[in-house]
Amino acid sequence: MQTRSEQILIALQTILFKEIVRFMRIWTQTLLPPAITMTLYFIIFGKLIGSQINPISGYSYMQYIVPGLVMMSVMTNAYANTASSFFGAKFSRSIEEILVAPVPNYVIALGFVLGGTFRGLLVGLIIILVSLLFTHLTIHSYSIVISMGILSAMLFSLAGLINGIFARKFDDVSFIPTFVLTPLTYLGGVFYSIKQLPPVWQKISIFNPILEIVDTFRFGILGISDVNVYFGFGLVCALFVVLTIWSLVLLQKGTGLRT
Amino acid sequence: MQALSVKNLSKKYANGQVALKGIDLEVSEGDFFALLGQNGAGKSTTIGIISSLINKTAGQITVFGHDMDTHLDAAKLCLGVVPQEMNFNPFEKIADVVINQAGYYGIPRKIAEKRMEHYFKKLGIWEKHKQAGLRLSGGMKRRLLIARALINQPKLLILDEPTAGVDIELRHMLWQYLRELNEQGTTIILTTHYLEEAEHLCKNVAIIDHGEIIENTNMKELIARLDSQTMILDLDKPPISHLMLPDYHARMVDETTMEIKIHKTQSLNILFNELTQKGFNVTGIRNKTNRLEELFMELIAANKKSST
Repeated sequence: MQTRSEQILIALQTILFKEIVRFMRIWTQTLLPPAITMTLYFIIFGKLIGSQINPISGYSYMQYIVPGLVMMSVMTNAYANTASSFFGAKFSRSIEEILVAPVPNYVIALGFVLGGTFRGLLVGLIIILVSLLFTHLTIHSYSIVISMGILSAMLFSLAGLINGIFARKFDDVSFIPTFVLTPLTYLGGVFYSIKQLPPVWQKISIFNPILEIVDTFRFGILGISDVNVYFGFGLVCALFVVLTIWSLVLLQKGTGLRT
Repeated sequence: MQALSVKNLSKKYANGQVALKGIDLEVSEGDFFALLGQNGAGKSTTIGIISSLINKTAGQITVFGHDMDTHLDAAKLCLGVVPQEMNFNPFEKIADVVINQAGYYGIPRKIAEKRMEHYFKKLGIWEKHKQAGLRLSGGMKRRLLIARALINQPKLLILDEPTAGVDIELRHMLWQYLRELNEQGTTIILTTHYLEEAEHLCKNVAIIDHGEIIENTNMKELIARLDSQTMILDLDKPPISHLMLPDYHARMVDETTMEIKIHKTQSLNILFNELTQKGFNVTGIRNKTNRLEELFMELIAANKKSST
């Protein structure tokens, strides 16, 4: 007979393993598309257009956009995985399998979030490997790259979980990524330095949290950043705490799960 | 010990619909308990609240002494629930559906695999264990839900219409298996629209109507309350003229089939003698409807009358 802690650990492993198996089984829908999309970005923006753009802070345009594209892939894939998986479980009502079992809410949240994090990081790794076909990269700080990668993947996975909790139909799963995440990501310094913007837009951009995340990650790879790295970490951690509390409150209340 | 104790349980949905109006229910350990009611009476809401899928508005539930407000996990460890609707991922292999369910209960994989094999073989779906759920027939999906609910070897098994839409052979097989489980000590709560199923299997019964328990008693006592039964008799030949049976309400359904209402004080022997004297042999006899069904309809009608 297992102790309660062992039971909880088995429940967590079960959710996580199920999540990983799910996205690995449909790898042509989850892992291959970002690799193809980013390869096109590297060819079109990096090689064709990038070759006509002056270096930014001493780095070629291709090298400059690699961290942003990696982080963009990590964030969107972590988010999409958790949002679609959680909503899918609600839609098929298989989420009830977990709800009737003695699985604490934090384990439900952690299981789904780690599943999304794993996919986000795996896609990020694939994009880094693809980028090496086009350019040369040296890592400025492994600790910043790894910690920011994990934190961002977890943060967006958590945001995806909240989206999945609220979602009532399939459209609700794609609404936030399409109308909020994508614009914020494109305006979040993935393809440009905010120093290239007019002063007013530079100030407005500061309020875009994705800029802080992308630029902190860029600092980890290239050693250059338009934002304060400590502030970037602080912001991600603060948002992580807020979203964690929010998701646990929603699960406790049974929002979108229990009538 | 009480396997389940429900006190003053009420549920009001966000749209204002009151599904439960403060019901009380006690199910003893080892009982085979029927929870009956019409569609929308509140059966599934009650089960939904017990299985943590619906939030209650008020009331208290304890499962084997574990209060669901304060010791939810301990209460859940005692429970197994077979829902009315299919609620598994249809694209998953059915073995994985059950093994994962075991994982949510903290059961190690090796033990879960053994149990899965045992229950799948017992329920006759072992040959399909590598197939996805969507490839199973309706009856097999029902058996999968039962196997999944049993994987944590619950002390209290709740079945919400487990035989809905399954063929007679399978229904009898499931009855046999449920009886076996009950004999081995599992407390069972059953909701069903097949009242002969409830009469056949259950020791105690509660009838719920419009969110209220209108009857909660022993099955035999309830059946004994039936004043009269309507029987169908098959006669060996058609009567030449109107068949006179002055002590009974009788009518011919067709040439050789007679429908006759028999009060509980009347003896079937006297009726048969009377028919024999008139030159008829009874070649077959059966209840027009199930006895519990007659009583159920009477109770629901009486409750409707008293509430208007």
